[in-house]
Amino acid sequence: MHKRNWYLIPYSLWIALFVIAPIVLIVYYSLLGLDGEFTLANYENFFTSTYLTMTLSSFWYAFLITLFSLLIGYPTAYLLTRTKHKQLWLLLIILPTWINLLLKTYAFIGLFSTYGFANQVLEAIGIGRKQILFTDFSFVFVSVYIFIPFMILPIFNALEKLNPSLVDASRDLGASNWTTFRRVIFPLTLDGVKSGAQLVFIPALSLFMITRLIAGNRVITLGTAIEQHFLVTQDWGMGATIAVFLIIAMAIIMALTSTKRKKGVTS
Amino acid sequence: MKKLVQLFALIFLLSAAILFALDRLNATQGYSGENVLNIYNWGDYIEPELIDQFEKETGIKVVYQTFDSNEAMMTKVEQGGTTYDIAVPSDYAIAKMIDEDLLIPLDQSKIPNVKHIDPRFLDVSFDPGNKYSIPYFWGTVGIVYNRDLIGGDAITSWKDLWKPEYKNQILLADGAREVMGMSLNSLGYSLNETDEAKLQEAKRNLMELTPNIKAIVGDEIKLLLANEEAGIGVVWSGDANEIMSENDKLDYVVPSEGSNVWFDNIVIPKTAKNVEGAHKFIDFMLDPENAAKNTDYVGYSTPNKDALRLLDPEVAEDERFYPGEDVTDKLEVYENLGKEMLAHYNELFLEFKMHSK
Repeated sequence: MHKRNWYLIPYSLWIALFVIAPIVLIVYYSLLGLDGEFTLANYENFFTSTYLTMTLSSFWYAFLITLFSLLIGYPTAYLLTRTKHKQLWLLLIILPTWINLLLKTYAFIGLFSTYGFANQVLEAIGIGRKQILFTDFSFVFVSVYIFIPFMILPIFNALEKLNPSLVDASRDLGASNWTTFRRVIFPLTLDGVKSGAQLVFIPALSLFMITRLIAGNRVITLGTAIEQHFLVTQDWGMGATIAVFLIIAMAIIMALTSTKRKKGVTS
Repeated sequence: MKKLVQLFALIFLLSAAILFALDRLNATQGYSGENVLNIYNWGDYIEPELIDQFEKETGIKVVYQTFDSNEAMMTKVEQGGTTYDIAVPSDYAIAKMIDEDLLIPLDQSKIPNVKHIDPRFLDVSFDPGNKYSIPYFWGTVGIVYNRDLIGGDAITSWKDLWKPEYKNQILLADGAREVMGMSLNSLGYSLNETDEAKLQEAKRNLMELTPNIKAIVGDEIKLLLANEEAGIGVVWSGDANEIMSENDKLDYVVPSEGSNVWFDNIVIPKTAKNVEGAHKFIDFMLDPENAAKNTDYVGYSTPNKDALRLLDPEVAEDERFYPGEDVTDKLEVYENLGKEMLAHYNELFLEFKMHSK
């Protein structure tokens, strides 16, 4: 028995040093004012209209990003399970995640700029130049582009695990395609959707570089504010306070979307 | 199990080898001693030939390293373990470093060439009497504009930016001091204002500018302006100079209400091992001929009045980058307003950014 516990030591050390200690530090810093004294002023400050609006708008954009990722990701994952060269297609979807986030974002600045590729296309088909860069559209588009592999993969796995005979049975019993999807396929892949939504929504809440590069600071998220407070203002207390609220929000989301294993259901 | 052990051993050996190689590389770079001068400067901010010349003239070996932000530089100096003999921080960073006792006072008797510096740039608020620092380059904050894109009119003042015809044309630099300072200046206040009512007025004033603002961006502003993404940009003069050389439709103006003047000064940080050599280097860089050569290469504005005479008159007489005293009298340095005030500036700036839809 004792021997087995030895194996846990590196892991528990890791958790203690790199998960628990940083969270404790963040909470500690959130209680420090600019003068280094203990205070609750940062928390008071958080409940002013500026930060509350910012929180709401962060949630709104994260919600939009998740929604569009799901709307595009689910059908894509479904189609993927039907293709011949699954592994190849999957690789193509994962490939962009190997490229540095900043590089991809910079590429979009070029594509979306006034004289960029997107506008050349719009002009060629007769719509004419539009402002694309620094709009809500470009922000959500680029974010969805960046996050979508994380939505597709869990859904793809869930669809792969789905026993095809269940679908056949549903058809045999006279269910239409839509009913089959609604009553059989979707409920059975809901776990995949939930973990996909977690993987997209939570990082989307704290996005920051893209808000400046693609949205030109017209979208301000909690992540932007944290970055500002740590790097520019050096008001670590306020930055840490926002981070505390982000951690709480993430914990709530995890709890809400966590999948409870139902007893008796086996795959 | 045996395979696993082998694998671990292999990874361990590889890591050790990399560590050893790194250590050797660092050792060849960071050695220090009597005859070595460690210079810590911004990237691409000195004429490389001058370093060779300095080495030949004095027999001191120069080790040149670069940083990309004042904050990064300060952290390195503060933590110690480095042996920088020379650093080139900006004005507010110098004030901070003096406060935190990170600089060594200069021995003025060893820098006779300081007489070539324009007295306008000596004895400024962040370092009274130049006890710790000597100006290296200077510049302003102003407006870059593209005549073709904004309909031919020249911009002359901050107030012009509020004109309704510049809808969705302006790019701002993402800095609280710069943007708040612009608004304060346009209202006729000092950009170091601390009066709450005036600061609130400046914020409301900024919010009225919202329809004209296309984006608030960082370093990308250079690329965006050069590519004609927007017609107007609020930028530092150094950046302006750089993008104007890429796109000749662009022009730069220091607004008539006044603006910010910034300095990058040479200092000797506490980490210095070769204080004697550092003084020699400062004096060497202040020599008019060397300063002129350096200015030719870097392209920023030199504070050295005798070097200015040696420059191409077209550069030296360019009022945009070498404004006369009537303009410089209206320029202000960003004073160190203290952490509280800086946080407040940032808070106001953040409120403005939230509003800018």
